Amino acid sequence: MGLSLSQRRRLIPWMFAIPGLLWLIVFFAIPLANQASVSLMTGDPEAGYSLTWAFDTYTSAISDYKEQFLRSFLYAGAATVIDLVIAFPLAYFMAYKAGRWRNLMLLLVVLPFFMSYVLRTVSWQLILADNGWVVERLRDVGLVADDGRVLATGTAVIAGIAYNFLPFMVLPLYVALERIDRRFVEAATDLYASRLTAFRKVTLPLAIPGIFAGSLLVFIPACGDFVNAALLGTPRQYMIGNVVQSKFLNVLDYPTAAALSFILMTIILVGIVLYSRLLGTRNLTEAAT
Amino acid sequence: MVANQSLTADAVRESGVGGEPDIRLERVTKRFGDVLVIDDLDLEIERGAFYALLGPSGCGKTTTLRMIGGFELPTAGRVLLGGTEVTNAPPHKRDVNTVFQSYALFPHLTIEKNVAFGLERKGVGKAETRRRVAEALETVQLPHLAKRKPAQLSGGQQQRVALARALVNRPRALLLDEPLGALDLRLRRQLQLELKRIQQEVGITFIHVTHDQEEAMSMADTIAVMNRGRIEQAGTATDLYERPRTEFVAKFLGVSNLVRGTVGQANGELSAVTTHDGATLHAPTNRCAEHAGGAVSVGVRPEKVKLTPAEQPTPDGANVLRGQVVLSSFLGVSLQYVVRTAGGEELIVLAQNADGSLPESLGAGREVQLTWDPRHTFVVAAEDGARA
Repeated sequence: MGLSLSQRRRLIPWMFAIPGLLWLIVFFAIPLANQASVSLMTGDPEAGYSLTWAFDTYTSAISDYKEQFLRSFLYAGAATVIDLVIAFPLAYFMAYKAGRWRNLMLLLVVLPFFMSYVLRTVSWQLILADNGWVVERLRDVGLVADDGRVLATGTAVIAGIAYNFLPFMVLPLYVALERIDRRFVEAATDLYASRLTAFRKVTLPLAIPGIFAGSLLVFIPACGDFVNAALLGTPRQYMIGNVVQSKFLNVLDYPTAAALSFILMTIILVGIVLYSRLLGTRNLTEAAT
Repeated sequence: MVANQSLTADAVRESGVGGEPDIRLERVTKRFGDVLVIDDLDLEIERGAFYALLGPSGCGKTTTLRMIGGFELPTAGRVLLGGTEVTNAPPHKRDVNTVFQSYALFPHLTIEKNVAFGLERKGVGKAETRRRVAEALETVQLPHLAKRKPAQLSGGQQQRVALARALVNRPRALLLDEPLGALDLRLRRQLQLELKRIQQEVGITFIHVTHDQEEAMSMADTIAVMNRGRIEQAGTATDLYERPRTEFVAKFLGVSNLVRGTVGQANGELSAVTTHDGATLHAPTNRCAEHAGGAVSVGVRPEKVKLTPAEQPTPDGANVLRGQVVLSSFLGVSLQYVVRTAGGEELIVLAQNADGSLPESLGAGREVQLTWDPRHTFVVAAEDGARA
């Protein structure tokens, strides 16, 4: 070997990265480049598509499906907020109070994954059915009008998304909270902070990496989701995922479908950057080390 | 300075109470489930004292500290701070601050913000807070690190920040839970001196939990030796070392040479003690009285004993035991001998290294006699079974 020991030492970590890099190239970079070129093609399903650098596909995709884009972000955002509100107390309880029940609770959180995503969503059709128990109780307390319904509304779609993605919020929050040394809280109360202040000034800031991770893990896939809108909503509740799905699989308009995907990806990337700025990237990286 | 005035005002108010100890535990018992951790403990600490709770792990010293800080509540008994009962008050309502063993500096806040945390909670004004934080960081000699985060500091620096974060609040007492435990020996010795200096400077009561007897002896005015949830003996380092009252204290602080025996006749200042193998030793009567007729251990510290060859005459009135040298070693500053006595005990003798070599006449296998002044003899109740 023409390499010295120290040179080989430096090369070894890179070798560990090779399988991952190959995976990324074959299953991410190449398809991505391929779809980028597809998005710039013109033609029709009969005659086939060819690359014509048709950037106007993007502008028309935005103007034609502005509504679905907005709805995607609205639904995904609402579901993320709902999940955060539900998951934080749950993760807090599991991390600090559950004791010997902790592992059982963790199992229960991931238990829905043992069942098919579509089946889980279909069962929400029953839960939210017009003459079902839930809707009747909501009518009793006046939250739903006597002739009103929940199924086939935006509420149903948001509820479905929130339900389906809840574990992705709970788990990172749990991990973040569980890692916080309880002595920090003791130190805070020692320094005249009430329990509430100690939570606000110590626990919450230290849980930010978990909040960030959980929000992204819910929001990003929820933006592209089409199952909940398809099963719990109507075309009036369709999200951008439903449009992409129908363009790809039904209309076979590949360039528009690809363009829509790239637009979604770009908006989400910009959104993540803004969100991490909001939570403080310095805090994020430092709290994570 | 405003702050010092308020401190003095406090002191005046305290003295008005009339010699009331500043921190007081009354018949405190603490159980964790079935485990008795603190057993009917009474403790009184004067204002401004440097008080050490010393003992092996599991003796209840940290639990005692945590009950003063409010992190644990006693199962029974009362905790008083400055004459006010705080037995069940939460930590943030107690005028004491803790320096945690792990420091527990808030990782998301700068050093400055860490130190300001307590003042901000108490609603101290911004300008005043800034001034006092700067002053506290000055005291621990770290003003240049104010803008850093805890992770960027060394262990010793973090320890000082933890100290500043507690001191800045000018509490009634500072509770130190093995504050130097995580540091290496050299740094520990250096910070011991610094802690002592700071305590003298600020005049706040320090309660220091440690398992390191040397640390306790070098820093504290009063040391309470704890064992099995009780205080075995409390006193100055000299008291505990020269006049231990229990076998545990004798063994825990320094090296002890203990010989089993029975207290016999008192003869003025000195009383006779007969060892288990029939030798007669003398000890001050005031240390024997409470053990009259009972089984005791007679003890002497290794540096008080003089080792001489067997044939040499011994001074009048000295305690004498005969034996054979098992081991002699050169320790630099001193010479250490292990001597097996006629009664079978292995005793340790430390001699000053005056000649720069181990004398031939005291080498391994030589018959020797151990002599010491009866005034240096202590007597403790004999305990069954071996203990650390």
